[in-house]
Amino acid sequence: MTSNNLQLTKDGKLKHFLSIEGLNKAILTDILDTAESFTSVTDRSIKKVPILRGKTVANLFFEASTRTRATFELAAQRLSADILSLDIKTSSAVKGESLLDTLHNLEAMQIDMFVIRHQDSGSAHFFAQHVKPGVSVLNAGDGQHSHPTQAMLDMFTIRRHKQTFENLSVAIVGDIKHSRVARSQIHALNVLNTGQVRVIAPRTLLPEYTETLGVQVYHDLDEGLKDVDVVIMLRLQKERMTGALLPSEQEYFRQFGLTPDRVKLAKPDAIIMHPGPANRGIEIESSVMDGNQSVILQQVTYGIAVRMAVMSMIASQPESR
Amino acid sequence: MKIHIQQGRLINPATQIDEVTDVFIDNQLIIATGDKPDGYIADKVIDASNQLVLPGLIDIQCRVREPGFTNKASIASETRAAALNGITSLCIPPDSKPITDNSAIVEQIHHSNQKAGNRCHIYTIGAITKKLNGEHLSNMGTLKRAGCVALSNALKPFTNNLVQRRAMEYAAGQNILVVIQPFDHALYANGCAHEGALATRLGLPTIPEAAETAALAKDIELVAQTGATTHFGQLSCARSVDMIRQAKKDGLPVTADVSMHQLFLIDRDIDYFDSNKLTIPPLRSEQDKTALRQGLSDGTIDCICSDHQPHDADAKLKPFPSAEPGISALDTLLPLLFKLVDEGIFDLSQAVNKLTHNPASIFALPSGQIAPGELADIIIVDNQGHYQCDSKNFLSAGKNTAFQGWDFSARVTSTMVAGNIIE
Repeated sequence: MTSNNLQLTKDGKLKHFLSIEGLNKAILTDILDTAESFTSVTDRSIKKVPILRGKTVANLFFEASTRTRATFELAAQRLSADILSLDIKTSSAVKGESLLDTLHNLEAMQIDMFVIRHQDSGSAHFFAQHVKPGVSVLNAGDGQHSHPTQAMLDMFTIRRHKQTFENLSVAIVGDIKHSRVARSQIHALNVLNTGQVRVIAPRTLLPEYTETLGVQVYHDLDEGLKDVDVVIMLRLQKERMTGALLPSEQEYFRQFGLTPDRVKLAKPDAIIMHPGPANRGIEIESSVMDGNQSVILQQVTYGIAVRMAVMSMIASQPESR
Repeated sequence: MKIHIQQGRLINPATQIDEVTDVFIDNQLIIATGDKPDGYIADKVIDASNQLVLPGLIDIQCRVREPGFTNKASIASETRAAALNGITSLCIPPDSKPITDNSAIVEQIHHSNQKAGNRCHIYTIGAITKKLNGEHLSNMGTLKRAGCVALSNALKPFTNNLVQRRAMEYAAGQNILVVIQPFDHALYANGCAHEGALATRLGLPTIPEAAETAALAKDIELVAQTGATTHFGQLSCARSVDMIRQAKKDGLPVTADVSMHQLFLIDRDIDYFDSNKLTIPPLRSEQDKTALRQGLSDGTIDCICSDHQPHDADAKLKPFPSAEPGISALDTLLPLLFKLVDEGIFDLSQAVNKLTHNPASIFALPSGQIAPGELADIIIVDNQGHYQCDSKNFLSAGKNTAFQGWDFSARVTSTMVAGNIIE
């Protein structure tokens, strides 16, 4: 798959960050190690390092976002970059400007790094194919395809709690079909040699041929949670109820909602994760979300360090301008 | 003009002729093959030795983008591209703008073709419902009298099965061929890729096989109910081939075609979001491709079409799901046909049949044969060459090929349409 090497320089350094697929274990580990070194920065009273001084980062969000956008902004600021955040829903795209024209116009403003979220799968690849040499693209979520920084902050959270991946059993629960987060997590977990990756969902929320992604498929939550080390709950988008994908929220909670009783099926030291935003009482009960096995808020904090790591690695490769 | 084509290998599937011989043209017609008629003095002699002499190809699904989308292509650009690539007849679907649902549009199209020099015969497929709205029957008899060779609702849905039944019934009564692209809009649900492992990996909205097969099953039942002679276009699934095979076995008046690209490409070729591989119906699985090839060689599938859809560059310069579907296919139709022969799908005569005599029979077109008294639509082909497909050299206004860089051997050296040499 040569065209996905788009995100690497000739000598294998990170040039864009588009998807986990196509990256090897060494690069993922490098991201995690670099993020580790940045956690101390974010804990300091003066939370800045000069790695991106003089560089301009543009945040292009064609879809709504709270924590991804905010943590990308904070990450760029803590690396001393100038940052421009554009809410495209209120700008020229609405007036009919093509995506490519938007890109070229921003490029004319000497942007060094684009952080893009867009509703089309493949949009980050598309951007990376068309930017000038030396300009980088970071995927903050493209359609149902990929959300690689989210996956990496999840890997970071898992590693902080479990140290290694080899002997872990990880369950991802919920709407896999429409989830770019799940796809990226599955790739990352497999690249990092995770012992076992399970997905648990009703058939209507699983894509066809899910097992080809390298996972074990469960349709029963109790069965799937048995003895796992990590439980990752996915958000259930409410609009899924209208497309005949699910009977009702109540039915979903009864079949696939994470309750304290169900947490007990996992290992006693299992951690509970959620990429947010969570629907309390639909996919996860409040007491689990706020319970002592939950690491959901740590995920948000680590998001800053992981995004700093990816940005700094891209800025340090030789083709960066 | 009298044209004498000398010593070419003449392949005429209709009469199963495959021999080195001469062809004699007088004005619009072929007047003889073999021995020179008494007193014939040629105005022009074409030496076709070591080349093939074939009936001009007939493409039953080709969008010329006129009227309505001349930013992409035009009748002038696409008829020239077609002719010089060996295609001498085009059937164009009704989904132009305005839609071909009345005789004035049909006349306008023929007028444009005349103005462009009649480089290619154009046959219109009219809309079977007004404005393709799936609700009100079009003036079918009037459209037929205006020259439409068939009627179709293109890729637009009928409001319900009752409207479709009535449309097919009325068409059957008027002795008009119905063309259907089986397509269930609800199951299609804004998908853009075959529901397979590739779409799962890339997170692309999917189009299941049932979007075609569920529709086809219903369509075949309506053929059985109404007796309407029906041609199914651009099939993409293995199960569709089985259904057509069974329908023919049951004696139903059905025929079918497949787009050339479906015989070569599968979903995996989309690789990382290559928008030139975005098509409707989507590129399917290896197994589907194999079944389509099998259907072609055993006669279940009667014809191959180009499903030519030329685009301007902007149409494809978008992320995959937002790009416009379709492949510019006139420049690759003939070389790909020869590739199928090289790959042993069928022999040369059977191959040529799928793009000449068969479509002419199904659509009742006055072309597709090289025999005395027939219209002189003839192409001469050199199939011993070697070149790489490069969209920069395309004659079509659409450069959106899915075959960039492929190795081809066949190319057209001369085209005659109704006895006129096209340049």
